[in-house]
Amino acid sequence: MLDASEGFTTEDGRKIGGVVMEMKHITLRFGGVVAIQDISFDIRQGEVRAIIGPNGAGKSSMLNVISGFYNPQEGEVWYKGALRPPMKPYQVARQGIARTFQNIALFEGMSVLDNVMTGRIRQMNAGLFAQALWKGKAEREEVENREVVEKVIDFLEIQHIRKTPVGRLPYGLKKRVELARALAAEPSILLLDEPMAGMNVEEKEDMSRFILDVNDEFGTTIALIEHDMGVVMDLSDRVVVMDYGKKIGDGTPDEVRNNQAVIDAYLGVAHD
Amino acid sequence: MPEQFIWGMEVFLNGLMAGVLYALVALGFVLIYKASGIFNFSQGVMALFAALTLVGIMEGQVPFAHLINATFGTEIHHFGWHVPALAAILLTMVVMVLLAWLVNHFIFRHLVNQEPIILFMATIGLAYFLEGFGDIMWGSDIKKLDVGLPQGINTTIDEVTYNLFGYGFFIDNLDLWATFIAILLVIGLVVFAQYSKHGRAMRAVADDHQAALSVGVSLNFIWVMVWSLAGFVALVAGIMWGTKSGVQFSLSLIALKALPVLMLGGFTSIPGAIIGGLLIGVGEKLFEFSIGSMIGGATENWFAYVLALIFLVFRPQGLFGEKIIERV
Repeated sequence: MLDASEGFTTEDGRKIGGVVMEMKHITLRFGGVVAIQDISFDIRQGEVRAIIGPNGAGKSSMLNVISGFYNPQEGEVWYKGALRPPMKPYQVARQGIARTFQNIALFEGMSVLDNVMTGRIRQMNAGLFAQALWKGKAEREEVENREVVEKVIDFLEIQHIRKTPVGRLPYGLKKRVELARALAAEPSILLLDEPMAGMNVEEKEDMSRFILDVNDEFGTTIALIEHDMGVVMDLSDRVVVMDYGKKIGDGTPDEVRNNQAVIDAYLGVAHD
Repeated sequence: MPEQFIWGMEVFLNGLMAGVLYALVALGFVLIYKASGIFNFSQGVMALFAALTLVGIMEGQVPFAHLINATFGTEIHHFGWHVPALAAILLTMVVMVLLAWLVNHFIFRHLVNQEPIILFMATIGLAYFLEGFGDIMWGSDIKKLDVGLPQGINTTIDEVTYNLFGYGFFIDNLDLWATFIAILLVIGLVVFAQYSKHGRAMRAVADDHQAALSVGVSLNFIWVMVWSLAGFVALVAGIMWGTKSGVQFSLSLIALKALPVLMLGGFTSIPGAIIGGLLIGVGEKLFEFSIGSMIGGATENWFAYVLALIFLVFRPQGLFGEKIIERV
């Protein structure tokens, strides 16, 4: 079904692998409102895949379908070559799909370190009793996972706020902590819902750099939603364009930029 | 050394011991509150229910005996066996876990994302239900609970203090044990909450449901776990109070004493619950001892509440509670 073998090489020489996730004819409705209408696209191993579109195009809905927060009425989600049955979000997360949220969903009362540690839940499976006694496997796991988390924290340059309760951090740093938590899960696919929303130019540049570094360093497959066209075009390997719940374009940034439907959607078009 | 001072010290120590028992109940409140954001009014009744179940299992009581007898005209009350204390405690824990599952399945699973006040009301309902249910299940007579914890005056302390001050302190062995067990319990809970996956998941759930789901936390599992933990703490508190003053329905009233303890300590702090409990215990005993006789005595009934009131005015978040600061 999936051509998992094929891949391509990007302009800057990164090797993009086979298909990790494929959405087939997804339709999502809320009552009478059709948020997503018959959309198909795929996400390939190691690429940065962007979903763009004007406000209300259904981008976030799409991300929520991928991460299991919504279950579509029609269509199939294929993940790692298998059809995925309807799932709860936590089950999707345990399959290795990590995400961030448009309006930041961190554990405000917990320290940065603890927040990032929650990202490791998937990798920790000591029994409840071992944990209650903090013996053997539980203790070992805690230490091992802590090491991974410290690496992620170093990587995203948030060492200085490790012990700070997240509630006290400014917006830009919170976004970074959320990225750290998702990254700590060592996800097969990292979903970023508007990672640069509400940031100033400097913060946007930082975030872009981190996203590219993550993709470069760990080979993480990234699917992201973004408003800012400029940012998207620089970051992503392939772009899906949505408008009013429909897919109006799909391809490399250059292809998309020159797509008449996309131009119309963004700039508006006179109807006669 | 003046006599007054020595007596005062004895009162102080006994206050500490009483405070430990208050703290034990308060701990159950804090635990659920931290983990689910629910203020669990039924914690005291849970302690009562746990103690009732423990006695019932130990004595081989037939559950719902009165109901069965009244319906079928039979005369059964006991199975005729006695279960050893340790086995009975384990069995009671199984019952408390089952109760946790039922509570989550029938009540709180349906109240996700509701206002805290609604959840609070649900726990009041649960408290009344459990009280009645415990009554039907095990009967309402006062029961003696003896799980083999030593009771009575601690002779070592009596002798040592007699040699030191010429006056032997009366410290109950049971209180010493309660202190010891409470310390173990608190250390265990703190380590569990801070340094284990499920403990962290528990705090995560309390903080943000959506975010918890996104990192792979199952809400239902965590809630059952939290209520089981509360059941466990209730069981420990129930054993201590039940051994001290018999298992009776007024046990559920100790929950009310936990409220001022929480106001002092802060609703979100485990160490706060302990220190709040100790402060109230010591405070009310010393107040009764030093001032009580001047104003007609029986100050222990209201001292804790007045202290809590003062705290509410000057430090509403409690000694250790998190101050909520809104960014504007």
